[in-house]
Amino acid sequence: MSRSNGHNHGDPPSEMDESHETHETNQSLMMITAGPSIWAAHFLASYVTAAVWCAKSAGRDGSLTAVRIAIAVFTLLALGGIAAAGWYGYRRHTYGGATTPHDFDTPRDRHRFLGFATLLLAGLSAVATIFVAVVAIFVETCH
Amino acid sequence: MDSNQDRPTTHPEDIEPLPKEPSKELQRAQEERLLKAWKTPTGWRYWSAVNNSEVGLWYTTAAFGFFIFGGALALLMRTQLAFPNNDFLTAEQYNQIFTLHGSVMMFLFAVPIFEAFTIFVLPEMMGARDLPFPRLSAYGFWCYLLGGVFVCGSIFFNAAPQGGWFMYPPLTTDYQPGVGADIWLLGLTFIELASIAAAVEIIVGILKCRPPGMRVNLIPLYAWYILVVAGMILFAFPPLIAGDIMLEVERAFDWPFFDATRGGDPLLWQHLFWIFGHPEVYIVFLPSIALVAMIVPTFARTPIVGYSWVVLAAVGTGFLSFGLWVHHMFTTGLPGVSLGLFSAASEAVAIPTGVQIFCFLATLLVGHTTRSASMLFVLGGLITFVIGGLTGVMVALVPFDFQAHDTYFVVSHLHYVLVGGTLFPIIGGFYYFFPLATSKKLSEKLGMWAFWIMVVGFNTTFFPMHLTGLRGLPRRVFTYPGGLGFDGLNLISTIGSYILAAGFLIFLWDVLRPKRKQPVSERNPWGAGTLEWLAEMPDKPWGVRSIPEIDGRYPLWDQPNLVRDVDQGRFFLPDAEEGKRETLVTSVIDARPTQCLRVPGPTFLTLVAALFTGGFFILSTFHWWTPAIVSGVAAVVAIFVWIWTGTSVIPEKEEKDVGLGIKLPLYATGAESVGWWAMFITMLGDFTAFVSLVFGYFFYWTSREDFPLPGSPGPGIFWPLLGGGLLLAAWVLTLLARRWNKQDRAGLFYTAILTALGLSVSGGLALTAGPWLTGMDPTAHVYPATVWLLVIWTVLHVLVGGMLQLYCAARRIAGKMSGRYDIDVCNVTLYWHFIALTVFITVAVIAGFPLVV
Repeated sequence: MSRSNGHNHGDPPSEMDESHETHETNQSLMMITAGPSIWAAHFLASYVTAAVWCAKSAGRDGSLTAVRIAIAVFTLLALGGIAAAGWYGYRRHTYGGATTPHDFDTPRDRHRFLGFATLLLAGLSAVATIFVAVVAIFVETCH
Repeated sequence: MDSNQDRPTTHPEDIEPLPKEPSKELQRAQEERLLKAWKTPTGWRYWSAVNNSEVGLWYTTAAFGFFIFGGALALLMRTQLAFPNNDFLTAEQYNQIFTLHGSVMMFLFAVPIFEAFTIFVLPEMMGARDLPFPRLSAYGFWCYLLGGVFVCGSIFFNAAPQGGWFMYPPLTTDYQPGVGADIWLLGLTFIELASIAAAVEIIVGILKCRPPGMRVNLIPLYAWYILVVAGMILFAFPPLIAGDIMLEVERAFDWPFFDATRGGDPLLWQHLFWIFGHPEVYIVFLPSIALVAMIVPTFARTPIVGYSWVVLAAVGTGFLSFGLWVHHMFTTGLPGVSLGLFSAASEAVAIPTGVQIFCFLATLLVGHTTRSASMLFVLGGLITFVIGGLTGVMVALVPFDFQAHDTYFVVSHLHYVLVGGTLFPIIGGFYYFFPLATSKKLSEKLGMWAFWIMVVGFNTTFFPMHLTGLRGLPRRVFTYPGGLGFDGLNLISTIGSYILAAGFLIFLWDVLRPKRKQPVSERNPWGAGTLEWLAEMPDKPWGVRSIPEIDGRYPLWDQPNLVRDVDQGRFFLPDAEEGKRETLVTSVIDARPTQCLRVPGPTFLTLVAALFTGGFFILSTFHWWTPAIVSGVAAVVAIFVWIWTGTSVIPEKEEKDVGLGIKLPLYATGAESVGWWAMFITMLGDFTAFVSLVFGYFFYWTSREDFPLPGSPGPGIFWPLLGGGLLLAAWVLTLLARRWNKQDRAGLFYTAILTALGLSVSGGLALTAGPWLTGMDPTAHVYPATVWLLVIWTVLHVLVGGMLQLYCAARRIAGKMSGRYDIDVCNVTLYWHFIALTVFITVAVIAGFPLVV
């Protein structure tokens, strides 16, 4: 029952210092949901735009061009936002140079963990956003 | 524990346990006081218990009972389908049975069993004495039991619902006049309330009641998953509740929400149902994976590999699962672009699902896995789930789905997912956690037998269904003609189902067999690393002898002497000097202790409140309106008595010494209090239901040319604006009342809160006057019906808001609220923030939107 993957990294005792940046009051769990929230907004915006366009404007066999342009714009905006969230997470993940699994009982490792989770979720959100956007490349009409 | 040396020593904030053992006499006296405070009631009063270990056990037992019932129904179906043209069941019986089978398994087993496990094990895992709202858990349990018995019992009166577990109108509105659909709608809405109550409890429990030192990077993965699931419940169940309300109002009062001849649209039900229904699949899957995430490291004897990646999987799945609902509606004729978007999201969700499975495999490879029945069920579950996941990727592809839709291929797919992803890990969880509940282990040998027989039985039953489905057998038919290529496959499935049942019976026998002669299990029998295994065998009612300070993800592996220090009361709250039930509240990110929370003890109030709440729903089913309303009023009274006597109690002193030199406040208010969090979370769910109704309004606008109804005056402009204005003024005055209460300016406070009450009443009346005075008839067309629904929803919330304003005034008069002790008015203000938003949106939609289009 040992920690068989015992890790030999870790910072010197300064690890215990609590800087302003890693202080609890400057943290929020909500940041890890930034990427997925942007994905959700992108998804909903794309779906609602397409649904309203086809139901109210273009008709059953109408062209989807306007919607495809809109989805392209949404996608650029979303990917920009997700990249920003990912960068924010990456900076925290690499704070002080320690590597994963970020399981020390220190404010710094907690800081890195939240950053890493933000980064990973941004990655997943980017892939999922691109998946959704690909639809706009192939579908040409409301049919 | 060899690598402790290369870990940094603990953070200076960390508190070490008492260096010396307290004297034996002190320990004994402390234990006596704790036992007295946490004593489980005996005799008939046992049923007034609210402690998580009792409620969790009842919950698990009940969920398990419903599972056996649902399983028996499945066997009846398989018996009917064994041969072509069989007459074992009539079509009507078969319809009732398959509807109940699906509904019971989803609503009465899969969701509740996770709530049950969590209520039982989460506080122990968090080193907490109890969850923050034990009475809410008890209330939820009684609601669930009552609703469940009501829904299941209907089949014995030949009155069970027949519309399938998703109850599509117009089948359930125009073609099934019996009471069955009402039983489904009202009985299960009642149970959904219990799920939302559990979600509130779990979210606040995980965020605020962790042991000191359990930072967010050290939380057990089970808690991460459950947090995500509770959040999903909050956003998934309310759309269904909104849909249930619309469908029931259509059935009971003929408001045409789903009647296409009067402007309605049956597709709206499908949207609302599946916005719930697809996340639901993940709501039942993630908790089981959470069990896997606890069981795998224990038997691999090593910490989980890729903790952060598993968190990614949990959170990512939680989000993506909300973008999949239309894949149940691929054949309804939506535009191709919509299908494409949902197909893409359905494929994307396979990524996080796969990530966590790879993390588990990596953990098993890194560690030295030992053989056990728990592990077998977990591994068998994962493999089965992967097969179901792969067929899932197939049916997520629109062209394939066109072929497979509503055939046995889908039946097979969903059973591979649910049995592999949910049921097998739950049985693994039974083997794993059984000693915690009863202090006896289940038999490993019987477990192995049960496992292999169940795996063989399961695959014999469901694998052939892929083929029956591809050959074209539709699901939900009560029989089929011979000679079309279904005969042999169906017979094999039926034989398999009996083998599966036999395996399950072995497991059931293992659970039920008398174990009096069996020795009590040793402590921490599996050598696990997480806090729930601090429990003594047999366990004590106090949950944990003293609340430890945590330094890692696996405290029992990482912290030497932890068990000894906890047992000797060297950590926090080793005593109950005042004879009260107490636990710690800690901060969200770093779990620093912030409050000593007193939790309420046994009461029959929750049972009484649940009985009357149930009375309202059950009597409404039969349209016995007067008794139903009486019962509903009695429920409100019972709930008010409960919160009046049991919540925001003013403590006898400001602070309490919780041990180790730390003094904590006994009363916290505003965003610091757990009650504020509970209110916020509840209202988030409530607001989601409202948004679903608003979604309905706009859905009709997109799907119909005659919405808003041309020529209809609508509710006008004047009355909605007046009502909205009055209600927003009531909100502002409630805010002022909170401020003046804080400043102890009693006169101003009473003036403000009572004026606010007057404004609430007049605002509610003015809002109602809009559609009333323009003579909008809700049975004539869906447009007036939708406007009325939004108005009534808002006015009912204002009514509750008015009662709460009155409640605040009464609390202050009774001396139960003051400037310092102001939880009540803070929470009521929070409630009014949501009301203000609801009022604003309602007025903007019903009065504003018709002006724009």
